Amino acid sequence: MNVRDESRKDSGFILAVDFGSTFTKVVAISTEKPEILGTAKSPTTIGTDIRGGLNNAVKELTAQTGKLTFTHKLAASSAYGGLKMVAVGLVPSLTAKAANLAACSAGAKVVKTFSYELNASEQEEIHGIQPDLILLSGGTDGGNKDVILHNAKKLAEIESDFAVIIAGNKSAAEDAREVLTRSGKHAVICGNVMPVFNTLDTLPARDAINALFLEKIIKAKGLAQAAREMTMPIIPTPLAVFECMQLLSENLGDILAVDVGGATTDVYSMCRGAPTLPGVTQKGLPEPFAKRTVEGDLGMRHSQETLIDKITSSQFETKLPDIESYRTACRSDYAYIPPAGSPHAHFDQMLAGTAVDIATTRHAGYLETAYTPFGESFYQMGKDLTAVKYVVGIGGPIIYTDDPASILQNAATPTRHATTPTRDNVLKPASPKFIWDKKYIFSAMGLLARVDKQLALRILESEL
Amino acid sequence: MNGKTVVMGVIGADVHAIGIKILSHAFTEAGFNVVNLGVMVSQEEYIEAAIETNADAIIVSSLYGHGEMDCRGLREKCEEAGLKDIPMYVGGNLVVGKRDFAEVERIFLEMGFNRAYPPGTAPEKGIADISKDLGVGQP
Ligand code: B12
Repeated sequence: MNVRDESRKDSGFILAVDFGSTFTKVVAISTEKPEILGTAKSPTTIGTDIRGGLNNAVKELTAQTGKLTFTHKLAASSAYGGLKMVAVGLVPSLTAKAANLAACSAGAKVVKTFSYELNASEQEEIHGIQPDLILLSGGTDGGNKDVILHNAKKLAEIESDFAVIIAGNKSAAEDAREVLTRSGKHAVICGNVMPVFNTLDTLPARDAINALFLEKIIKAKGLAQAAREMTMPIIPTPLAVFECMQLLSENLGDILAVDVGGATTDVYSMCRGAPTLPGVTQKGLPEPFAKRTVEGDLGMRHSQETLIDKITSSQFETKLPDIESYRTACRSDYAYIPPAGSPHAHFDQMLAGTAVDIATTRHAGYLETAYTPFGESFYQMGKDLTAVKYVVGIGGPIIYTDDPASILQNAATPTRHATTPTRDNVLKPASPKFIWDKKYIFSAMGLLARVDKQLALRILESEL
Repeated sequence: MNGKTVVMGVIGADVHAIGIKILSHAFTEAGFNVVNLGVMVSQEEYIEAAIETNADAIIVSSLYGHGEMDCRGLREKCEEAGLKDIPMYVGGNLVVGKRDFAEVERIFLEMGFNRAYPPGTAPEKGIADISKDLGVGQP
């Protein structure tokens, strides 16, 4: 028997599904070639059986490719608002930030991060957010106990059926769980996100989030039946994208990626981000190589006001279309796609560009100047992204426009190539190349990598 | 381990890195849980670290002569952040040149430090004082 025939036995077709809030997108992959055979989408059937939309999308797909028998069926989901989370910590730049990073790395839509002792209006706010999960941290192991216990009590009082993952001071974790379970909340303990001062340990929290997603959220979101038809567990879509970005960076080197969505703008960076300029001291929490941040106030539809405010308060005011008609159109249909070339489409582009600008500015590190008796000295907070070679665009508002590169340009630093540190310098990429997810395959490739990493790498290589 | 946590670092834009390594080592040997923030530490960093780790004391080192400027306001910020009456210690070469230490000490005690040490003070002296102040080894 020859070798070729041996490998054929394994070959087949893989279906990758992305249950989005608006569309269910499907990708058919041939493992033999390896290549993408086709992609299709159909409106997500929310409220009824989510498999309806999936079947419609697959029908459309097989109309292009002919009938296929799938050896693997993989799925990610951001339907029903995705995995909605709130992070709670003690000091904003320490455990609150660590909790936020942990939740983001699990693919959650982190709507907001709270710090210090929660108060009544913050309880209200959390109630209004209706998170699926809350990540509760605070205190290093053996450190502060009061605040995490206070916050456990405050969370216990909120009448809402979120589950709580406790990832804080181990000496207070059991008491915190006790308070929460007594109030009827599902609460689990995992390792501290910051067991030792300034040491991040986000893996236990990430694993706990993923476990609860499988155990509870899938069912709560009506995905249980669809999950049974898949050959692997369903994961949050941003987690699939995150894993695809990690893969992409194996190929392209350091990258920065931006995903502009209806409710949030997500930013991913795959790089060390150590200072590139001489005489700069790194400060703050150590930065993870693979980092994801979620901006819950920067969305194209659900949370567009921050972006609209930013644009209307800028100097371009005179060129703006009728904003009220734009707002009305967006509000009456969150999936609104303005006709190509229309004033609304133009405004969409401005909104997307602004989202990319603000979200990457928040994600990137910056330099702070300290004036000393011996002149200026510089501290770097966060990652230096100036040397990043590629900026990657993800998400409808970037991909489905005439000029994705002009939107992505906002991820680069406006003052090209700073060679000496200057005051308040934001460390965004200096002169990157721009690429984007033309065929909408990144989440599919992230899923595929869970089955066959080399295959996913080869397909990404040929598609980009 | 004596159950006490101390946060330490070299304040301001000061880069003298050797002394704090020795200090951190000596306090660890003596049984303290040491959170060493290293050099170029801002006032906020001491405070945030002390909150998160529930520290029992803050130890400030300053060697380049500008300690007076860098330390001013630290006590007030601690009060503001809820670190009420946290013991604070300072040592190193606190001011430029050879000023009378009694004068220097007065300035730093007025600023809210519990104790201030002259140049060349051995870590052991600080360890003895801080252990006593924090009641280490006492029932
Ligand atoms: C090495 C050195 C440098 C190196 C530092 C390298 C590094 N990354 O560490 C470099 C070349 C960078 C440097 C730069 C400068 N330096 Co210098 N430097 C020294 C030197 C020679 C040794 C310091 C040292 O490591 N000592 C050994 C350690 C173990 O001792 P220590 O630091 O004193 O710490 C011990 C004790 O003080 C004590 N201690 C310290 N803090 C506390 C706190 C408490 C609570 C307690 C109980 C004890 C305690 O315990 C420590 C461990 O035993 C000293 C002179 C000297 N011989 O001390 C000058 C000295 C500290 N430098 C000095 C100066 C002026 C400078 C500069 C301003 C020079 C300039 N004009 O550029 C710059 C400042 C740069 C900056 N931003 O900080 C002066 C400070 C003068 C003053 N305060 O009046 C000194 C004293 C030299 C001098 N005699 O003029 N310096």
